[in-house]
Amino acid sequence: MKASMFAPELVRPALKQSFIKLNPRSMFRNPVMFTVEIGTLVMLVVTLYSYTVKDATIGNFGYNLTIFIVLFLTLLFANFAEAIAEARGKAQADSLRKTREETPAKKVNLVGEIFTNEIEIVSSSRLQKGDFFVCDAGDIIPMDGEIVEGLATIDESAITGESAPVIREAGGDKSSVTGGTKVLSDHIKVRVTTEPGESFLDKMIALVEGASRQKTPNEIALTILLASFTLIFIIVCVTLKPFADYANTTISIAAFISLFVCLIPTTIGGLLSAIGIAGMDRALRANVITKSGKAVETAGDIDTLLLDKTGTITIGNRKATHFWPAKEIDSKSFIETCVLASVADETPEGKSIVELAANSNGSPKNIDEYKQVLLSKHTSPKFIEFTAETRSSGVDFENEKIRKGAFDAIRNQVTKAGHNIPQETEERVKAIASNGGTPLVVSKNNEVQGVIELQDIIKPGISERFERLRKMGVKTVMVTGDNPLTAKYIAEKAGVDDFIAEAKPEDKMNYIKQEQHTGKLVAMMGDGTNDAPALAQADVGVAMNSGTQAAKEAGNMVDLDNDPTKLIEIVEIGKQLLITRGTITTFSIANDVAKYFAIVPALFITSIPALQATNIMHLKSPESAILSAVIFNAIIIPMLIPLSLRGVSYKPIGASALLRRNLLIYGLGGIVAPFIGIKLIDMVLGVFM
Amino acid sequence: MNTELTGVIVTFIITVLLAIPLGRYIAKVFAGERTLTDFMNPVEKFIYRVCGIDPQKEMNWKEFLKALLTINMLWFVYAFFMLLFQDKLPLNPDGNPAQTPDLAFNTAISFLVNCDLQHYSGESGLTYLTQLFVVTFLQFVSAATGIAALVGVFNALKAKTTNNLGNFWQIFIKTITRILLPISIIIAIIFIFNGMPSSFAGKDTIVTMQGDTVGVSRGPVAGMVAIKHLGTNGGGWFGANSAHPLENPNYFTSMIELIAQTVIPIAMLFAMGLYIKRKKFAYVIFGIMTIGMLCLLIPTMVSEISGSPAIAKLGVSQPTGAMEGKEVRFGPAASGYWSIITTVISTGSVNSMHDSSMPVSGLMQLLGMMINAFYGGCGVGILNYYIYIIIAVFISGLMVGRTPELMGHKVEAREVKIAAIVTLLSAFLIKGGAALAAYFVAHHGDMAWAVKPSAWLNNPSYHGFSEMLYEFTSANANNGSGFEGLGDNNIFWNVSTGFVLILARFLPIIGPVAIAGLLAKKKYVPESAGTLKTDSLTFGMMTMAVIIIINALSYFPALTLGPIAEALRGAH
Repeated sequence: MKASMFAPELVRPALKQSFIKLNPRSMFRNPVMFTVEIGTLVMLVVTLYSYTVKDATIGNFGYNLTIFIVLFLTLLFANFAEAIAEARGKAQADSLRKTREETPAKKVNLVGEIFTNEIEIVSSSRLQKGDFFVCDAGDIIPMDGEIVEGLATIDESAITGESAPVIREAGGDKSSVTGGTKVLSDHIKVRVTTEPGESFLDKMIALVEGASRQKTPNEIALTILLASFTLIFIIVCVTLKPFADYANTTISIAAFISLFVCLIPTTIGGLLSAIGIAGMDRALRANVITKSGKAVETAGDIDTLLLDKTGTITIGNRKATHFWPAKEIDSKSFIETCVLASVADETPEGKSIVELAANSNGSPKNIDEYKQVLLSKHTSPKFIEFTAETRSSGVDFENEKIRKGAFDAIRNQVTKAGHNIPQETEERVKAIASNGGTPLVVSKNNEVQGVIELQDIIKPGISERFERLRKMGVKTVMVTGDNPLTAKYIAEKAGVDDFIAEAKPEDKMNYIKQEQHTGKLVAMMGDGTNDAPALAQADVGVAMNSGTQAAKEAGNMVDLDNDPTKLIEIVEIGKQLLITRGTITTFSIANDVAKYFAIVPALFITSIPALQATNIMHLKSPESAILSAVIFNAIIIPMLIPLSLRGVSYKPIGASALLRRNLLIYGLGGIVAPFIGIKLIDMVLGVFM
Repeated sequence: MNTELTGVIVTFIITVLLAIPLGRYIAKVFAGERTLTDFMNPVEKFIYRVCGIDPQKEMNWKEFLKALLTINMLWFVYAFFMLLFQDKLPLNPDGNPAQTPDLAFNTAISFLVNCDLQHYSGESGLTYLTQLFVVTFLQFVSAATGIAALVGVFNALKAKTTNNLGNFWQIFIKTITRILLPISIIIAIIFIFNGMPSSFAGKDTIVTMQGDTVGVSRGPVAGMVAIKHLGTNGGGWFGANSAHPLENPNYFTSMIELIAQTVIPIAMLFAMGLYIKRKKFAYVIFGIMTIGMLCLLIPTMVSEISGSPAIAKLGVSQPTGAMEGKEVRFGPAASGYWSIITTVISTGSVNSMHDSSMPVSGLMQLLGMMINAFYGGCGVGILNYYIYIIIAVFISGLMVGRTPELMGHKVEAREVKIAAIVTLLSAFLIKGGAALAAYFVAHHGDMAWAVKPSAWLNNPSYHGFSEMLYEFTSANANNGSGFEGLGDNNIFWNVSTGFVLILARFLPIIGPVAIAGLLAKKKYVPESAGTLKTDSLTFGMMTMAVIIIINALSYFPALTLGPIAEALRGAH
């Protein structure tokens, strides 16, 4: 990434843009750099004048020309910073967009020339919102859309970089498909949901390119502050003229303009928009499309984070962790019974039971073989699927009836058949539940055999991430459909601060509103249509790309990876954005101290020799001192471009410690660096002057 | 020398020790709790009834400011006409003349805004009537205005979300009846017992030791000198201010006057801690302000005690330090301390001639007024500091990765804009004014004005420049002290500083009150681990850094041409 920051294919268009951006109309948006442009123009006039007229108070042509060139470079550097940030963002977005250019689409014409629902091959660019198309195995999906019929496995690696195929199906919360992804199997019918050129990606590209980029409220406030600093320095420079007259000192126009340009915060002024664009670009690199720059900024302020349990805090679904045979039952035969009960159970829980059994007796066995071996011991199996009425599943053999299900479901069956529930089974069930697990009871011929313990597996490393969030001041809330007991257990184990158990969609909404009522900013991630109101209500709503169109419209970011932990990264990107702005502002203003010590003695040293004592850098001559300061002021901009684009790193070490750290590096550093830089430049200039 | 230093240290310690209980008392007064002075209740009720004030009426920040500004405008008109016709009014035993319109304009504004930039000498420029009912009256109400504005800000800071800054009239009247009046009476009595005149008789005549007959001005001095310091006003009864033996007879009265001018600004800090229930916040600000004050005080004391290098070059030893312009009864240490206290706090009374201070001291005095927030004037000092806090909060908030917030309220574009305007204003008024004056001196020295610009300055070169810079800095800071070498009683200085005074008084009051009002209206954001704590020492240092950087950047070139050049030339 570092190597590609100044890749030639980015630099070339950026260089061109740097000149195009000199247009005063676009410069006007940035008051600091606009005043530099005016200063540069004045300097141009002075340079031309000094070429034709020899006037001692104006200075010689060569010196004026040098100052003019340095000022002009300052402008170009600032424009280049913005242009390269735009170019990077655009390149990133283009590479995403490339995947969805011009592909043939199988459009469905409801009333065709011969049949209804006739299929016509058209170019993807001709698809309109509301059109339907079909895709078969091997087809590239031509446009963003929503599946209306069928189910398919899809390779989304073009967008997410994740090679494992995903399943998308009509109805439900995973019905969205993205243009550029590839259908691997099956057949789907899709309705186009966006107009050409209006997909989220297109919107984001427009945002990065500046056409629709709005200043965020925080950027506006900072611009006001910078403008007022600029005004202070206008006052300083204008009043210096009568002061100098009083002291019988002549100050050349070149010196005045140099002083002014050096003092105004050109460093942050030149880099401000680049920092903002880089923030959106970093989000894009994390495969998150933001709908506005403000959303990234807000992310840095988040107080409360709502996270779904499944997939975020725990790995997918529950897994079997333990077999607990009833008193008189042999352990080995109990495990075999459990496997038989789950042979046909394709749910993740069922699979995990077989897996655990296969690995239970020392050496792990091949799962399919293991199933076959066990099944072959019995005859004429009849698999019983899970239904809402029985709330159990299992298998019937000729003389054996095996069932597996929730405790109360099995208890019903067992007691109906006239058997008793063993005491220790009941106790075991309670123990598992209070431990955050889910008990499944297994019966054979309506006699209880034992209990399977299912547990949620907490993602490795997730509690460290929550700890990091806590240090940032972000409260994490787990949302789960589990009962409060289980929820509490998992919440404690994972280290989240709060949880919503047995959550219904409106619970999320209410929780968000309640947090917002106390002044907090809330972020959440969602995918389903029923998440849409909550996504809209949240201050930062991240919709998964696989989610429904409604969810994607409601949120202000879309995560292409469908990764629920992405929110954590987004919060850090937001904080980085603000920190980068703050530290470079501090650096820029702190620089002025050294510039004063370079220029002010230079202006007055001839008429007030006593001021030699303030020339603490021992700069060679007044001319070289002024030139060194202007050159330093210019080259610091490109030197800080990498930092602006990368962002200042964020460390969750508490606000005061972070402030101390950044003040030390960028405040004190900002005071010291120009002393060294200006002295070095002066030494180099000394060779020529 | 040791005794002199001890005197200074003891004075400061007594000030702080008195400020602690006073702060507690002030917090109680404004919280409406029971206090010693509840016997004033009927007086206040009477005032409310006569003036038709409903003291319970809540005011939002706009109504609060409207009340404050309206009454101030009224006082200005009253003062201006009183001064214009004082020769025709009673209580004028010495037969002093009326003030010219430009002088009356300057004087009325100057006392209205708590500055007391006196372009006249009290002995001859005012009558007893105007001394008492214009000058002393304004010294009470201007101090109370500043404190009332600050208490309005306290009310905004105290609540989570509110529209109510309190009732301006009630706060204002209580400030006078409960704080300024009782303490002034005590101080005045101490002064009277130390020989300060308190008589309505005209000039006395004495025969000096040389045998000359001299007229000695007097009047009801003691009462005015008490509020002059307590209200951080600084305008003296006599032209020589507190260097005059009848306005500051001895070292003890000098200590009392020093304590009186410092005690309310410090007490307001402690009162803030208790009133808004953020003690640590107040202590940190007190610490930062004290450090700032010491940074100005120590170089001043060192340079005054070591004496003038110019005299040392002549081979003359100066065992008592730099004595030019100083009173023998106070000495250089106490005079140096006074000169810094009177400039960091916007009093502006003097017990030595600042014009004669060492260049380094002059630099420190100028810096004290430019910053104007190390303790600062009654109420307004903390308001100025509040502006620096807003800017510090904004920049440091960004540096920790959160949109900036102060006490649970987001600081956004509008607040930053107001803070920026207030900050800009000082630079504009000081440098703009000094530039205008320098321009006239440099280019139109012989202009046909009553006093030619070339005749304004008593000193050539850098010191002359410092005199002009000092005058505008003093006007901008609402300070009132001067480098008195400047011939300032003429139309240019009277009018130009008059406008500087008004702008520099009311915009820095309107700004913080408006910011506090706007912030208080916003939704309250509870603190989290990511929130920057504004009561931490780190944040205090950040505010200090903002103060130093803003002032250094604004004034470095001007200071270089004035006191810095002078000091460096002296050192050569």
